[in-house]
Amino acid sequence: MEEVAIVGVGSTGLRSVTPDMSYKELMFEAATKAYEDAGTDPRRDVDSFVCVSEDFWEGTSIFDEYVPDQLGAVLKPVCTIAADGVYGLITAYMQILSGAVETAVVEAHSKASDMLTPTDIVALALDPVVNRPLGGNPYYIAGLEMNRYMYETKTTKEQCATVVVKNKREALSNPYAAYGAKITIDDVLNSEMMFYPLSRLDMSAPADGAIVMVLASEERARRLTDNPIWIRGVGWCSDTPRLETRDWANAAYAQSAADMAFKAANIANRRKEVDFSEVDDTFSFKELQHLEALGLCRRGEAGVLAEEGVTEKDGDMPVNPSGGSLGAGYTFEMTGLQRVLEVVLQLRGEAGKRQVPGAELGLAQCWRGVPTASGAVAILSAKREGA
Amino acid sequence: MHIKRRVAVVGAGMTKFVRRAKETGKELAFEATKMALDSTELTLKDIGCVTLGTAPDAFDGVHMKGEYLSDGAGGWRKPYMRCYVGGGTGVFAAINGWYHVASGLFDTCLVVCEEKMSSCQPHPQYAFQTIFDNITERPLGPNLVWIFALEMNRYMHAHNISKEEIALVSVKNKRNALDHPCAQLPQKITVEDVLNSEVLAWPVQRLDISPTSDGAAAIVLASEDVARKITDTPVWIDGVGWSLDTAYWTNRDLFYPKYVEYAARMAYEMAGINNPRKEIDVAEPYDPFDYKELHHMEGLLLCKKGEAPKLTKEGVTQRDGDLPICPSGGLLGVGNPIAAAGLMKVCEIFWQLRKEAGKRQVPGDPRTGLAQAWGDLMQVGTVVVMRAQ
Repeated sequence: MEEVAIVGVGSTGLRSVTPDMSYKELMFEAATKAYEDAGTDPRRDVDSFVCVSEDFWEGTSIFDEYVPDQLGAVLKPVCTIAADGVYGLITAYMQILSGAVETAVVEAHSKASDMLTPTDIVALALDPVVNRPLGGNPYYIAGLEMNRYMYETKTTKEQCATVVVKNKREALSNPYAAYGAKITIDDVLNSEMMFYPLSRLDMSAPADGAIVMVLASEERARRLTDNPIWIRGVGWCSDTPRLETRDWANAAYAQSAADMAFKAANIANRRKEVDFSEVDDTFSFKELQHLEALGLCRRGEAGVLAEEGVTEKDGDMPVNPSGGSLGAGYTFEMTGLQRVLEVVLQLRGEAGKRQVPGAELGLAQCWRGVPTASGAVAILSAKREGA
Repeated sequence: MHIKRRVAVVGAGMTKFVRRAKETGKELAFEATKMALDSTELTLKDIGCVTLGTAPDAFDGVHMKGEYLSDGAGGWRKPYMRCYVGGGTGVFAAINGWYHVASGLFDTCLVVCEEKMSSCQPHPQYAFQTIFDNITERPLGPNLVWIFALEMNRYMHAHNISKEEIALVSVKNKRNALDHPCAQLPQKITVEDVLNSEVLAWPVQRLDISPTSDGAAAIVLASEDVARKITDTPVWIDGVGWSLDTAYWTNRDLFYPKYVEYAARMAYEMAGINNPRKEIDVAEPYDPFDYKELHHMEGLLLCKKGEAPKLTKEGVTQRDGDLPICPSGGLLGVGNPIAAAGLMKVCEIFWQLRKEAGKRQVPGDPRTGLAQAWGDLMQVGTVVVMRAQ
């Protein structure tokens, strides 16, 4: 199969607030950095632009109206995917594979600090007939899910808390991260109870930022860069949107997306071949639940691995060396692209103090958050398949 | 440009377009999806992936509307994603489906477009107030009819076009819709009727505009080898193109939709079309307003700038004319559930090229057709070029 590579990345880094920057300025900064990194001129070299956003997060309907100018994309093929950044990456990947374009750009951003009532927006995602009239804070769904997951897999609150401690610590060595901290398991357990059994520190906090990436066909990638990062496999899946009929303990969407991606990447032994992974940790238990769904460990094993330090940066199976959403910040539709960014930096050997030694193949995974059961996976490698 | 593999439309379906559907959005999506699948004798098991198109969440007041609609659209436990380019979404969804298959990742793709505007009270126009720039425009309380009135005025002025010439489009399309079983506003009207209808924002009058609607449409796409197993008469998507102009629409000369031309050129190049006026046998340009059909014919290079009203007056764009335009009845006649209306145009070209359009069938032997949509702040063009065998 013909291959596609990421040839340039740019990021503003994440901050809890960015009162000095509009979303357009955030996007412009990330885009400028990405084009410089790739050595491309967007007006001359880029054939297609893919942006991701959801109208209600932005407070503007048909948000794709407002993306072309700051990306250098005026009068070019531009489209919006209403999903996480990994879906955007996949879209650009498919466009290049089809042969219609040679170079494509993916953009994702978060201006979370402009949202006065994000929880009310989440409530609007509930089924307007069946669920929304019940009222309440919609994050109760995450609490219920955590409870079911812990019950079925015998995972403990302490094990979930370990994930928070680890990710916030890793974030201390990530200059892009907004919420790095040195905390203890007790800090997590003693933090305010939010949606039983979810405590305040089990939940990631919102952050602002923007990320832009440049993708290119194999031929063009070789001309542009000496260290292309190859997309080896992608997968995505939506489980039922119905709360009443979904599997609450297993992340079926992540399992299905991973099966598709690993098959495409021709990887049989996942645990052995994946050097590190960046998986969704919107809530502490999600990292564990996702690791199991991705087939990187057995069911019920993720909590134990976290406790034993296996998922730490210098462990046998590093997970979220970036600090994840818990450490770096939750960035809505940018969440997944932030994971892809970390994988790219790690595979290029540019991750600085948080570098995973010898990383050659990494996995990025996203989940679209409460109340969805949708997510995507991308497997990236510093080596071309068969090379 | 080397396209990896050929993709065909093998099935299509749509619901009736109505002012207010009793069905939920999920049910509308289901109905169109089921009809499209049934027309191919495939089931959901045979479908590799699903892509959905639907316009602003503000219509339904449902956040992440794509997620909400996923089960109705057949997306359960499948690779499923929603694409979105405002009013251009309907045709872009077909493009999005096209590269799902052309990339080699999937052999079949279900493309579903749904819109339920009637949930927005008292009128869907209120949802459109939220599409404007939140600092420079929204405080003025604009609505879409106003800005399209500016565009219509500019177009009329640039080419010295009269209201009478433009009204002919509305007359033609509403009459064409009399033969469409799904049509919401099929009507036999005269130019006088259009000119005497209520003025909304000069020069736009009530009968210059398509209605607000509820409805859904769906198509099934397949790769070449799979398509040939499903049907003897696949309709190939041989060219796709899309283009987005600047968000600062006030800085543009609105007399000509350059972004439509760019999108068309991309699609024509892919399809190997050098002379669109000669090579396109039937076209469905986007016609939410009557002047837009003319504007888009020019942007699509189907005629010279300013020439579209003349062709319309001469009957060239009638169903039995030399270049039939909107034989379906278009948005003016069939209705305008935004994303679904765009995909309806792709469905129409599919049926026309398969000679399955019944009373709407254009005469002769149409081989090449085009569907186009338009949206955002008079800003985006999306185009597909389709061919019979």
